[in-house]
Amino acid sequence: MEITGEVGNFKIKIKEHPRYVDMDKCIACGECATKCPKKVTDSYNAGTGKRKAIYVKYPQAVPLKYQIDAENCIWLKKPGRCGACAKVCPADAIDFDAVEKIHEIDAGSVILSPGTGTFDPSDTGVYGYGEYPNVITAMQLERYLSASGPTEGHLVRPSDGKPVRKVAFLQCVGSRDKNLCGNEYCSSVCCMYAIKEAVIAKDHDPGLEASIFYMDMRTHGKEFDEYYQRARNESDVRFIRCRVNGVEPEGKDGDLRLHYVNEQGQQIEDYFDLVVLSVGLETTKQAMELAKRSGIRLTSNNFAAVSDFAPVSTSKEGVFTCGAFSGPKDIPQSVVEGSAAAAAAAKVLAPSRHQLARKKTFPEERDILAEDLRIGVFVCHCGSNIAGYVDVEAVADYSATLPGVVHVERNLFTCSQDTQDLMIKIIQENRLNRVVVAACTPRTHEQLFHETIRAAGLNEYLFEMANIRNQNSWVHTGDKTAATQKASDLTRMAVAKVTWQGPLENVVVPITRRALVIGGGISGMAAALNLANQGFPVDLIEKSKVLGGNGLHLHNTWSGENIPLRAARMVDQIMWHDLITVHKDTLVTAAEGYVGNFKSTIKSGNGSEQNIDHGVTVITTGANRLMPDEYGYRQHKNVVSALEFDKLYEIKDKHVRKGKSFVFIQCVGSRDSNHNYCSKVCCTHSVQAAIELKEEDSSRRIYILYRDMRTYGQRETLYKKARELGVVFINYELHGKPKVTKVDDILDVEVWDHVLHRPLLIHADMVILATAIIPPAGVKQLAQLYKVPLDGQGFFQEAHAKLRPVDFATDGLFVAGMAHFPKPVEESIAQALAASARAATLLSRDEMTLDGIKAEVDPECCDGCALCVDVCPYHAITLMERTGDDGQNHKLISINKAHCKGCGLCQGTCPKRGVSVAGFSLKQLESQVEAALAV
Amino acid sequence: MQKNKLVGSVLVVGGGITGMQSALDLANAGYYVYLVERSGAIGGAMAQLDKTFPTNDCSM
Repeated sequence: MEITGEVGNFKIKIKEHPRYVDMDKCIACGECATKCPKKVTDSYNAGTGKRKAIYVKYPQAVPLKYQIDAENCIWLKKPGRCGACAKVCPADAIDFDAVEKIHEIDAGSVILSPGTGTFDPSDTGVYGYGEYPNVITAMQLERYLSASGPTEGHLVRPSDGKPVRKVAFLQCVGSRDKNLCGNEYCSSVCCMYAIKEAVIAKDHDPGLEASIFYMDMRTHGKEFDEYYQRARNESDVRFIRCRVNGVEPEGKDGDLRLHYVNEQGQQIEDYFDLVVLSVGLETTKQAMELAKRSGIRLTSNNFAAVSDFAPVSTSKEGVFTCGAFSGPKDIPQSVVEGSAAAAAAAKVLAPSRHQLARKKTFPEERDILAEDLRIGVFVCHCGSNIAGYVDVEAVADYSATLPGVVHVERNLFTCSQDTQDLMIKIIQENRLNRVVVAACTPRTHEQLFHETIRAAGLNEYLFEMANIRNQNSWVHTGDKTAATQKASDLTRMAVAKVTWQGPLENVVVPITRRALVIGGGISGMAAALNLANQGFPVDLIEKSKVLGGNGLHLHNTWSGENIPLRAARMVDQIMWHDLITVHKDTLVTAAEGYVGNFKSTIKSGNGSEQNIDHGVTVITTGANRLMPDEYGYRQHKNVVSALEFDKLYEIKDKHVRKGKSFVFIQCVGSRDSNHNYCSKVCCTHSVQAAIELKEEDSSRRIYILYRDMRTYGQRETLYKKARELGVVFINYELHGKPKVTKVDDILDVEVWDHVLHRPLLIHADMVILATAIIPPAGVKQLAQLYKVPLDGQGFFQEAHAKLRPVDFATDGLFVAGMAHFPKPVEESIAQALAASARAATLLSRDEMTLDGIKAEVDPECCDGCALCVDVCPYHAITLMERTGDDGQNHKLISINKAHCKGCGLCQGTCPKRGVSVAGFSLKQLESQVEAALAV
Repeated sequence: MQKNKLVGSVLVVGGGITGMQSALDLANAGYYVYLVERSGAIGGAMAQLDKTFPTNDCSM
């Protein structure tokens, strides 16, 4: 890759390596790989299995097209010697003469998301990796546990294939370890993945014993601590805080002996039959090369350098980054940053929106209502996936005898591009007005066929799929007769259902291209600024009389950027922005509407009310600090919270200035029965403060009493620096909390020392409490107004923890910052940008199209009993009154089609046939059931 | 910067979970996206995982 030009107008040269398989021709039948004689270690399976030199990366790969691994292909190494694949390929797709291509691309901006690699323990042979077969990496275990992996999900010992009885996870291999690999940082994700793998391994085999050897359990994300506790208490995973000294073979069968010093200081030897190395994340050589070619700066840890206030912007203008390339991070945060980078790129390119994007066009729809039934059935072979286990010819012949069917076709792959063209031709030539595809699952392929029949001039809903693969050929591999019968049955049912299918109209919803952002802290300001910079008007609501939120009270970010200064700059930009209207001292008092069409009522402190129409809502209401009632807080003057300490430090208060001994107590109110979660930022915050105190006066005695030190990611360098400066870290457990008492003017802190195994008494001039972060008052009311859920801890609950981290399940509503969970500035800003990007996908258009599968009311049958109102998970149904022909008022329900997702709960609940989902009418379902029973 | 100089397209390098999310959000907001992936298929590291926390959903 080569990149020239500048922001807004880059020119990029990209080299495309040849696949040696023609993507247009390949039908992914797999014949080539069956015949290919060359076996290669499979990197997708992390080296646990073999693949062929011609392969698809994994069975669900997109695109599902084969490729030849040039380094291992016999023909490509020595033309003429093999060529087995070319001989068997039914599609003539093999092209040994393919050459690399250079593409020249014009792009307004560039996003680098090369991801991360994992530390390779084979170079160092750490813990016997590479020497003892039963020492594997976590990624290898992941593949062993996977149904698509080398053992189909059975956890066996690589040495002899025997079931694993005892597994040990060793944490921090290739992380937090300068000596081994130079990686001083924490990889952030390994504690969680080790717990997950241990739990899943035990799910597979409840008799399995799993132990995790760790230094600090870093489960700092949303719901992570609860998962950790469940693993410990319900799944019986054993957690041992220690670094294992060594792994040695025990006997000749592959058993492994581990020796370590336990928390009581005893030397222990234990035996395991599988040792899993929780390998850390590190930037790949290729990604470093990419950084070099793109001209962006890397940190000393080889991650892309970014600012905490612009977490997806690289050192080069117009070049953005996201995911683990800019520091180790988990899936949710990576997805957040993916959206955030889109927002950052869109900010630059907003004037050119819709300049190059193309819209598909379709011919006008044929009116089929007056036509006789003309059904076409397409039976798919799916290569040998279906045809190998089902007599597809018999199914096709049978289909031709079904009522209404006028045309039947068999296809090797019904989903291939050439078949789509063929289908269009057949539909038009035979004037088909309903189409059935007997193939795989509608979940992956219905959309494709909808587009195909639209292109043939049919309403897209005149379509039905019969799943004769996932629900048939894949599960009845041993009985071809029965599988063929079942395929015929499924096809008959689909034909019966589509017979009663009429054209449906998609629902078009207009969009008010305006955003409401609730909460004017750092997240709210970041979201508002990005949306406004993309050209969308924003109303920014703030409860208090000033913008800035917690940003006004904080000190520095972990990397040392001054927060109040940057927050003030954001406030300035907001106040001067033409497209942002700020409403301070204001609350939302009422809200109604749905995606694209919200109407909120806001009320300011002076009592004036105002209605705002907006298309999207972004909730950034932040969080508060807990006021503790332990450790003598508010009783003893020199017991202060972390934020109070920051202020005292800033104004050079004499107690701080003259103080010689400081004790920081972590997890005050966090990770206990009241607030069962980690507040995420406090470890780093205390470490930063400790470093400053120590740098100011190295003779000061500073103690940090902690439960697990959670300086995740590159923050680990701060932890290391603090230790090097002589800050003393003492671990305590929840059942042995420190005790603070005041004797004369001195605070006495008593804590159990786990290294010395005896209580320790510290005389402290000041005790600083790292207090928990809690949801602010009033979020419950706000959640009710917009009908969005809160989680068990009172933070807003996103639609999906991994894949939709800033969306709510209800369309058009988004969440960012500490309203979602405690988090540091850069993660809040990334979420705010992500929420903005997600909102912009709606605001960038005048209207949005929703599918036509919606509930419909039959006013003749509905008597307004309202049973359906309660079961509807989308709040789409309301009870109305209308005047009937008899002049009387009747109750009946009304469906908001923008809210309705067509789930059918209403239809299942209704005792009177008063509501049904289009495309799943009772007539259709009855016909389908009758067809099922018709033999 | 001149408006007519701006090119309404974005190059996304890397087709893992992050790059795919960027590409989708940009395309849905009206920008043309080039998604470039080193290997033969998109999906990245997440496609290698068996299940994910907290629901133990299949990663695929």
